[in-house]
Amino acid sequence: MTYHYSVGAQTYQFADLKTVLAKATPARSGDYLAGVAAETYAERMAARVCLAEIPLTTFLEDLIIPYETDEVTRLIVDTHDKQAFAEISHLTVGDFRDWLLSDIADSATLKRVAHGITPEMAAAVSKLMRNQDLILVAKKCHVTTAFRNTIGLPGHISVRLQPNHPTDDMRGIAASMLDGLLYGAGDAVIGINPATDSIPALMDLYCLVDEVINQYEIPTQSCILTHVTNQIQLIERGAPVDLVFQSIAGTEKTNKSFGIDIALLKEAQSAALSLNRGTVGCNVMYFETGQGSALSANANFGVDQQTCEARAYAVARHLSPLLTNTVVGFIGPEYLYDGKQIIRAGLEDHFCGKLLGVPLGCDVCYTNHAEADQDDMDTLMTLLATAGLTFIMGIPGADDIMLNYQTTSFHDVLYLRKVLGLKAAPEFEAWLKKMQIMDANGQVKPIEQAHHMLQNMPKHLLSA
Amino acid sequence: MSNKQQANLAPLNIDPWQQLKSFTRARIAIGRVGSSLPTKEVLDFSLSHAMARDAVHLALDVDALENDIKSQQFSTIRVKSMAPDRASYLLRPDWGRRLHEKSLSDLNNIKTTNPIDFLIVVGDGLSSLAVSRHVAPLLAELSNHLPKEWAASHVVIALQARVAIGDEIGQALNARMVAMLIGERPGLSSPDSLGIYLTYNPKLGLNDANRNCISNVRPEGLQYAAAAKKLVWLAKEAMRLKVSGVALKDESDMQEIGAQTKLS
Repeated sequence: MTYHYSVGAQTYQFADLKTVLAKATPARSGDYLAGVAAETYAERMAARVCLAEIPLTTFLEDLIIPYETDEVTRLIVDTHDKQAFAEISHLTVGDFRDWLLSDIADSATLKRVAHGITPEMAAAVSKLMRNQDLILVAKKCHVTTAFRNTIGLPGHISVRLQPNHPTDDMRGIAASMLDGLLYGAGDAVIGINPATDSIPALMDLYCLVDEVINQYEIPTQSCILTHVTNQIQLIERGAPVDLVFQSIAGTEKTNKSFGIDIALLKEAQSAALSLNRGTVGCNVMYFETGQGSALSANANFGVDQQTCEARAYAVARHLSPLLTNTVVGFIGPEYLYDGKQIIRAGLEDHFCGKLLGVPLGCDVCYTNHAEADQDDMDTLMTLLATAGLTFIMGIPGADDIMLNYQTTSFHDVLYLRKVLGLKAAPEFEAWLKKMQIMDANGQVKPIEQAHHMLQNMPKHLLSA
Repeated sequence: MSNKQQANLAPLNIDPWQQLKSFTRARIAIGRVGSSLPTKEVLDFSLSHAMARDAVHLALDVDALENDIKSQQFSTIRVKSMAPDRASYLLRPDWGRRLHEKSLSDLNNIKTTNPIDFLIVVGDGLSSLAVSRHVAPLLAELSNHLPKEWAASHVVIALQARVAIGDEIGQALNARMVAMLIGERPGLSSPDSLGIYLTYNPKLGLNDANRNCISNVRPEGLQYAAAAKKLVWLAKEAMRLKVSGVALKDESDMQEIGAQTKLS
């Protein structure tokens, strides 16, 4: 079906649904790179006017990537909850925006309809929304998950402690881990990006984090961000695996380029569940995503990068993750050119994830070849925390010395908690108070030399 | 302490775990004012960012690199990608992954019918600094470890290059394996990280799942000797199993542990 809109003498034609979606998308370098972006400002607005008129039911009939050739499409269609959809099935995309912003769509209602919303519907409506709309609606969506603590409660923001080291040096990792814990970080997960994918070295990392968690009795979970097949092997070899990590994307072909499919993710989930290591819940998966991955794998099929990203959340949702992280500025300027594009993408991803019922956090970040700096990161993290972001990253001084990019620091989390009155996961906060890291008013305290954790360091640090 | 003395003190909390800084170059124990970063840290960070930004745009000194490589007894071949300059390289990674037409025909002209077992390609990537500093010493280590029968005598230097261009080069030169040595995107504390990507049976259209990666090669990261040993271990395994990427697990450390146990 073709779509068209006339402005004066000029008529804008769009060949199909995915073209309307792509041309309606706020400008970003990745869509230009893909050759799917609007060519003029007016064409972009014409596409948005067309998009606003499209009924939500169209997205169930006119599939932007064919059912027969893509398992993500099959997942979206086969798991679509028609009963949940009934409440919004009469709406167009434009009406859907109005409905989402209205007071009818309260938190309970949004939760009820979440499984009736497809990623394409979420992406479509986001393209008609301003930044403040994305914030307001996301804030109404509550997604709560649990493993050894409870993540995503309203009024809370969690932190992934990311103690990476360029050569996986155990002492270096332990030092960054202790630094973060003493700043009150680590409730989302203690998650290491290893430099190696060597199985014995990965086993050592699992044991290191597990020992620290046990030594201080921390109500949190660990994760080593290596390929899912490595993690399955390590589970078989007896590694103490809490969360299973994998990068995922919104098309089958992109996931193939990562060496995965949905069945493999299911297998990994079962393996992690079999260890039965959660204490307050059994969300055992940790996913990372990011706009641009589909095009980067030459597997976007003419679909804009934001819609591809939203489709990744359908994959995530299917596996009930504890955490899903959009690594928004990591991919580089060819996909998100500058601070403005990174900020917009972060807000879109968070909105789409939450609307679909996925516990979305954001790696608020940029690389040194992008036109962005710390001021842009301050803006995005403040907006996202206002929108009810599930978690952000905590890295010493915001400088990841292993992955070579700038993200958010332990200090940044303390800033957000202080300015917006947000709390850590309740079990973790109780631990922070017990350990005299946080005072009775919820403020993280300066640490004295005599502190229990400095007097009883992790064994790798004892020689310091 | 008098009120006056208190007023003169900066409200800076110094973290009492300063000694842990000797274990990592991460920005740990940097202290806080309230819960925020001290001025010194804000300035340090911004200065590092300024330097990394500058480093991205430094052009590779190809003549100097060629001399360095030739002094390691390798011959060199120069090629370039379809990206004509740095600006378009940054916005068009697809151009950086493909050989320029002229370069492709140059390679076709020197292609031999006997396959090359192990082809080394050097790409500028996102840090020419990494390439100019680390390629020559890494090649010196590699020469010690590479099996003689592989006769790895050529090094291809690719400009405005992304990782995947190595596969097209390997295919063009009829190589069984390609090791792509490429400048990684600069970090704040590491403007000069070198990455290595190994592909068995390289050809156009492969992706990351088909390659093994060794990252952060530099004196402050993975040492040249360790990187060279790891690469050769992977290459031998790739040759033996006829595969690279996720199907080839890096167990080089375990092999070493095994070897040590046998010795003791």
